[in-house]
Amino acid sequence: MDIKFSAQDLAFRDEVRDFFASEYDGAIAEQLSGAQGTDYKGGIVAWQKKLHAKGWIAPGWPTEYGGTDWSATQKFIYETERGLAGIPDVVPFGLKMVAPVIYTFGNEEQKAKFLPRILESEDWWCQGYSEPGAGSDLAALNTTADYAGDHYIVNGRKIWTTFAQYADWIFCLVRTSKGMRKQQGISFLLIDMKTPGITVKPIVTIDGKHSLNEVLFEDVAVPTENLIGEQDKGWTYAKALLAHERTGMAEVADSTRMLDALKQRASVEVNGGKAMIEDPIFQMRLSDIEMELMALEYTELRVFASMAAGGMPGPESSLLKIKGTEISQAIHELQLQLASYYGGALPEDLNADQLGHDFAFEARGKYMYGRAATIYGGSNEVQRNVIAKAVLGL
Amino acid sequence: MNFDFTEEQTMIKDSVSRFVRDEYDFDTRTKIVGSEEGISREFWSMFAELGWLSVPFAEEYGGFGGTVEDIAAVMEELGKGIVVEPYASTVVVFGGLMAASDNAALKSAVIPSIIDGSCMGSLASTEAQSRYEMADVATGATACDGGYKISGEKTVVANGGTANKFIVTARTSGEQFDRDGVSLFLVDADAPGVEVKSYKMMDGQSAATVTLKDVVVAESQLLNAAGEGMDLIDQVMPQILMGLSAEALGIMATLNTTTVEYTKVRQQFDTPISSFQVLQHRMVDTFMACEQTKSMLYRGLCQASEDDSAALLKTVHALKATVARYGRLVGEEAIQIHGGIGMTDELNIGHYVKRLMMINVSFGDGDYHQKKFNQLSYSS
Repeated sequence: MDIKFSAQDLAFRDEVRDFFASEYDGAIAEQLSGAQGTDYKGGIVAWQKKLHAKGWIAPGWPTEYGGTDWSATQKFIYETERGLAGIPDVVPFGLKMVAPVIYTFGNEEQKAKFLPRILESEDWWCQGYSEPGAGSDLAALNTTADYAGDHYIVNGRKIWTTFAQYADWIFCLVRTSKGMRKQQGISFLLIDMKTPGITVKPIVTIDGKHSLNEVLFEDVAVPTENLIGEQDKGWTYAKALLAHERTGMAEVADSTRMLDALKQRASVEVNGGKAMIEDPIFQMRLSDIEMELMALEYTELRVFASMAAGGMPGPESSLLKIKGTEISQAIHELQLQLASYYGGALPEDLNADQLGHDFAFEARGKYMYGRAATIYGGSNEVQRNVIAKAVLGL
Repeated sequence: MNFDFTEEQTMIKDSVSRFVRDEYDFDTRTKIVGSEEGISREFWSMFAELGWLSVPFAEEYGGFGGTVEDIAAVMEELGKGIVVEPYASTVVVFGGLMAASDNAALKSAVIPSIIDGSCMGSLASTEAQSRYEMADVATGATACDGGYKISGEKTVVANGGTANKFIVTARTSGEQFDRDGVSLFLVDADAPGVEVKSYKMMDGQSAATVTLKDVVVAESQLLNAAGEGMDLIDQVMPQILMGLSAEALGIMATLNTTTVEYTKVRQQFDTPISSFQVLQHRMVDTFMACEQTKSMLYRGLCQASEDDSAALLKTVHALKATVARYGRLVGEEAIQIHGGIGMTDELNIGHYVKRLMMINVSFGDGDYHQKKFNQLSYSS
């Protein structure tokens, strides 16, 4: 039993580290910090274009469409180094969500039209799945697409659509047939956001920010050439994608970095003249999290080792999602606890320097928005259903 | 990267697993526990013949030359059968200390007798006041002609009633809590001045109070230099903690499987109770608890194989704390989900839980180890 990497893998790790150190510069980091007046879209597109120039934008794709030919080990190393370096993941909706559906189930025209623009970050994609009446029960969706010769007419509402305000395209699950099992009669449709009849309404979340939206469709005409695969078979395609979405959600490296930062901070913040990290109760709270993370690191390695040996990520990826999100939320909670009063301050009237505890804005924002982690990507309750059924046979 | 046991390890693991399945069912175990000695000498001889007692010892003593991974493989399977024969106390703890000792003559004399099954041994370290602090030693060893005279009282000595040799911690210098000055002596259970009072523990195993009154021990019976006993204990402790944690892992896995299967056959409200989501989610939580515990154990095994002793020490403290936390969760959920039947002495569930509870307090409970972890991780 060992976790040794080969000399080749270690050389690859050094290459990744060097690339991140030299290319992820302060200007990009500043834009992605989320501070007031920064340009998130501009920052992430600039970073993704650098990754594309290096040939590293789509490690998960088959090489024929522009993916890397990395081994499972190399993909793991890349993700770990990215998390440890504090570099945000690519925006997943194009690169990790719709692209696999397009190259797996799409036709040649669709591949030629969409995949290169996704690689080059020329098109910004968003995901049209959830609806007001279809959350964890995704198949209950009601947005309709009525067949009308060479196009569909789409009517309905999508909700919780991340970054719809930036999007050029949206991939949607829509109902094309009724009167059968609710999983049947669903189709997978690509829709140009500039089509008349589409309205994007912002939803401000509990962290006071705007990343989510409601997207309304009123008699939106979508050419039939934008249908993926066969009509009424969209659920199958979406399910293949959901399994994809669940892997890599343990985010061990990101949590490791956040925990290190928290420990650092706890050695600066004081109570009664004593650093918080010296407080025995605070130490217990820290180690509750740190020990769980140490175990999860090896759970992730075990899942990865079985994938590297040719196995597929099975239902254990649900375990990674549940534990990974619980740990990141626990870190957010402790960070906000450390911020005390200052965690309540809003950035409207003062900046971080004036506040004096410069991590406090972020602590509040991360804690508040972080509540979403156990809701999205298949809520943790849905993940427990998956394990109960697929692993325990209940 | 690789998380598989080797072919050799798999063979020994399978052989223990077959024994538990075919020859050590719950009724057999119950009879053994109820017998006068509380263990089966017959099975112990069989363990010797099968080579299980030789696992951690070097080949020069007739041993298998195994590592902590081999010990973990055996202990996990023994846990699945809550085997009461003193494998942990004799082979892992007593044997581990003997194997790490630098007293070559003593090793040559003792280790072959562990391997052939004739020597059962135990570490006599705990005292009434010491709780989990091994360096808190009031038992004194004063130099006398050609050796030492030991006096003191050792409590809850694991399997003390069946052991014919003890490794006794005794103070040759320093004050009660000093790490330096603690020495390890090999003492025969029938040596003049040794009195052993054995009693049953809730997990079916026994423990003993061992009283030593002016027990004369030759200098040749020191496991390493006088006053340096704690170094030897520290060196072996990761192996002890990983061995016991592997046993706990086997117990947790068995409790989980048994509980899941029970819910599939137990009918209430005209349906198997496995169909209730509230129970499903609780069983998913105990499943994840078991997986996380296994990952922490594997973390330790990997670090042991890489000789990363600083990282390993943190991991074994975290491991023992994890076993405590998740062992309790798994045990309590198993009883709760079984319902009334889970409360009975007749069902095996409670006996698995009680062994977990004893593992929890062996060599430091969860809070003790978490505090050690905190000191290593956060104190300036």
